[in-house]
Amino acid sequence: MTLKRLSPEELLGLDRFNVDEGHPHILVDRARCALCAARPCVTVCPARCYRLKDGQVAFDCAGCLECGTCRVVCKDQGVTSWTYPRASFGITFRCS
Amino acid sequence: MSDDSFDVIVVGAGPAGSACAFALAREGRSVLLLERGDSAGAKNLSGGRLYTYALELLEPGMYLRAPLQRRIVREQVMLVEGRRATTLDVADPAWGEGVPRSHSVVRASLDEWFAAEAEGAGAVFAAGMRVDGLLEENGRIVGIRAGEDEMRAGVVVAADGVNSLLGQQAGLFPDVAARAVGVGVKETIELPDAVIDDRFGVTAGEGVARVAIGCTEGVSGGGFLYTNRGSLSLGIVFNPEQAAAHGRPIQEIFQDFKEQPAIAALLEGGTSVEYGAHLVPEIGHHGVPARLHREGMLVIGDAAQFGINTGLVIRGMDLAIVSGLAAARAILQEGAPTGPAYMAQLEELALLPTLRAYAEFHGIFGISRIFKEYPALANQALGFLFQVDGRVPPPMLKELLAIVRKNVSFRQLAADAWKGYRSL
Ligand SMILES: Cc1cc2nc3c(=O)[nH]c(=O)nc-3n(C[C@H](O)[C@H](O)[C@H](O)COP(=O)(O)OP(=O)(O)OC[C@H]3O[C@@H](n4cnc5c(N)ncnc54)[C@H](O)[C@@H]3O)c2cc1C
Ligand code: SF4
Ligand code: SF4
Repeated sequence: MTLKRLSPEELLGLDRFNVDEGHPHILVDRARCALCAARPCVTVCPARCYRLKDGQVAFDCAGCLECGTCRVVCKDQGVTSWTYPRASFGITFRCS
Repeated sequence: MSDDSFDVIVVGAGPAGSACAFALAREGRSVLLLERGDSAGAKNLSGGRLYTYALELLEPGMYLRAPLQRRIVREQVMLVEGRRATTLDVADPAWGEGVPRSHSVVRASLDEWFAAEAEGAGAVFAAGMRVDGLLEENGRIVGIRAGEDEMRAGVVVAADGVNSLLGQQAGLFPDVAARAVGVGVKETIELPDAVIDDRFGVTAGEGVARVAIGCTEGVSGGGFLYTNRGSLSLGIVFNPEQAAAHGRPIQEIFQDFKEQPAIAALLEGGTSVEYGAHLVPEIGHHGVPARLHREGMLVIGDAAQFGINTGLVIRGMDLAIVSGLAAARAILQEGAPTGPAYMAQLEELALLPTLRAYAEFHGIFGISRIFKEYPALANQALGFLFQVDGRVPPPMLKELLAIVRKNVSFRQLAADAWKGYRSL
C-alpha cells in the first residue's frame, strides 16, 4: 500500500489542537483584504486558513500551525494583529 | 534576590534558550526559562538533523545523553523531474564515529530533554507561559510581562525563534522580511526500524539524510527526507514570495512530492502521524539584524536569524546552541558590558565568522533555473545515456547538446555559471 495523498483537512486531522474558542490569535480585516489583489496568504498558508469564498478572502484561525507565514507575506496589512495563541492553546507537536 | 527576581530570564525553550539556561545555571546563576508550549518542543519543528559538535561545545559528552535518533552515514542529493529522479548517494559508515558529526532528531523529544538538562543544572523551567511583553525602565530592559505576572531580571535573553516578537518589541529590528525566510512544511511518517534499515541500506542506529531539488515547481526551495527511529521526516521548504507568485498551494506541491515514485517507494507502508509548518531563516549573514542587544537584553538563535542553508547543508539548531552558549559566557563575564561581550563571543565561538564565510552563498539560489531546468537537464541527459532500445542511437554529443538547449540557452548557462562562481 502506498502512502496516501492527504487533503489539507486530513493533514490537519493528524495534529493535536486546543482551539481557543472566541479568542482568535490572528485578526484579519476583510475590508483591507478586499483591496488586496495578490492575496499571497491563500497560496502560502500551509494550513489553508485563508480561502477564497465568492471571490472574497475568508479566514479561519482553527488549524493554524503558528508558522507566521501570513504575517510575513501580508504586505497589504489585512493581518491587523498576529500573536501566538495564549499558553496551552493552539497546536501541540508530538513527533516533529 | 527576591522571589520574583532572577539573574537571567530566558524566553523560549528551543535549543538556543535551553543551551543558554543550562550554561548559566551550571555556573550558579539564577535562571528562569519560559516556554509558551505546554512542554518544550510542543511548538517546534525542524527538518531534523543536528550537527552535534554544538552539544560537545556546551559540555563534552553531552550528546551521549541526548535523545538522538540516527547517526547520519549516508548523504543523498536528489534531482527531481516529474516522475524521474537522479540521486547522488555518498556513504561512509565512519561518519559520526568518535567525535559526533550529525544525527537526526525529533524536536518534541530533543527540546524536552534539553529543557530538563537546564532544569537539572538548576534553572527554573516554566512551560505553558507565554511572554507578552518586556519591562523597561530608563531605557533598560528589566524584565518581562506574562499575562498578569511581571518578573524581573538582570538580563532578558530573547530565544523566541524566527518570528521574534520580543526583539521587535524591544525595537531592535523590524518584522522579519518575507525574502529572508523560508516556509517549511513537514509530515512525520511512522515506519518500523527494520524496514527503514533495509530500505535505506543502513544498519541499526545509522541513518540517511536526503535533500531534493526540483520538487518545488520552480519555486526557490527544496525538499528533505530524514530517517529517525521508527519514523521518517519528509518536507519541503519554499520561498514564500515566489510560492505566492507561483499560485499553487504549497501543501499541494508537497503532497505531489510524497507521490514522486522514488520517494513513494521509500514511504510505502508507512503511516502519516503529524503535519506541521514553521519558518526558517534563509539568507544567512545578510539576514542577521545589525543590533542583537540593548541594555538588559540579548537576542539568540533563530530570533537573531542565525541560519545557514547551502542547499546541501541546513544549519540552525547548532547555531542556536552556540549562540546560547555565547550569550551565557557574556553574561558570566564580570565587568564587561554584556552586549559587546556577546558579540565578541559570537566571534570567538566561530558563529559569525562561519556565517560570513557563507555570506554570498545564498546568491546561488538567485539562479532560478536550479529549481527546475537543471534538475530536468540532468535527468534527461542521464535518461538518454541509459537508454537501450535496440535501435542505432543518435550521435551522443549532438543529442546531449540538444537536451541542454531544450532546457537552457547558452547565454543563460554562461550567466548562471558566472553567478554561481561569484557566490562561492
Ligand atoms: C522545515 C525546517 C527544516 C529545518 N531543518 C533543520 C535541520 O535539519 N538542521 C538544523 O540544524 N536546523 C534546521 N532548521 C532550523 C531550526 O529548526 C532552527 O534554527 C532552530 O529551531 C532554532 O532554535 P531556537 O531555539 O533559536 O528557536 P526555536 O526552536 O524556534 O524555539 C523558540 C521557542 O520559543 C518559544 N516562544 C516563542 N515566543 C514565545 C513567547 N512569547 N513566550 C514564551 N515562549 C515563546 C517557542 O514556543 C519555541 O519553543 C529547520 C527549520 C525548518 C522550519
Ligand atoms: S495578503 Fe493580507 S491583505 Fe491580502 S488577502 Fe491575505 S490577509 Fe488579506
Ligand atoms: S500562522 Fe501560518 S498556519 Fe497560521 S494562519 Fe498564518 S500562515 Fe496559516
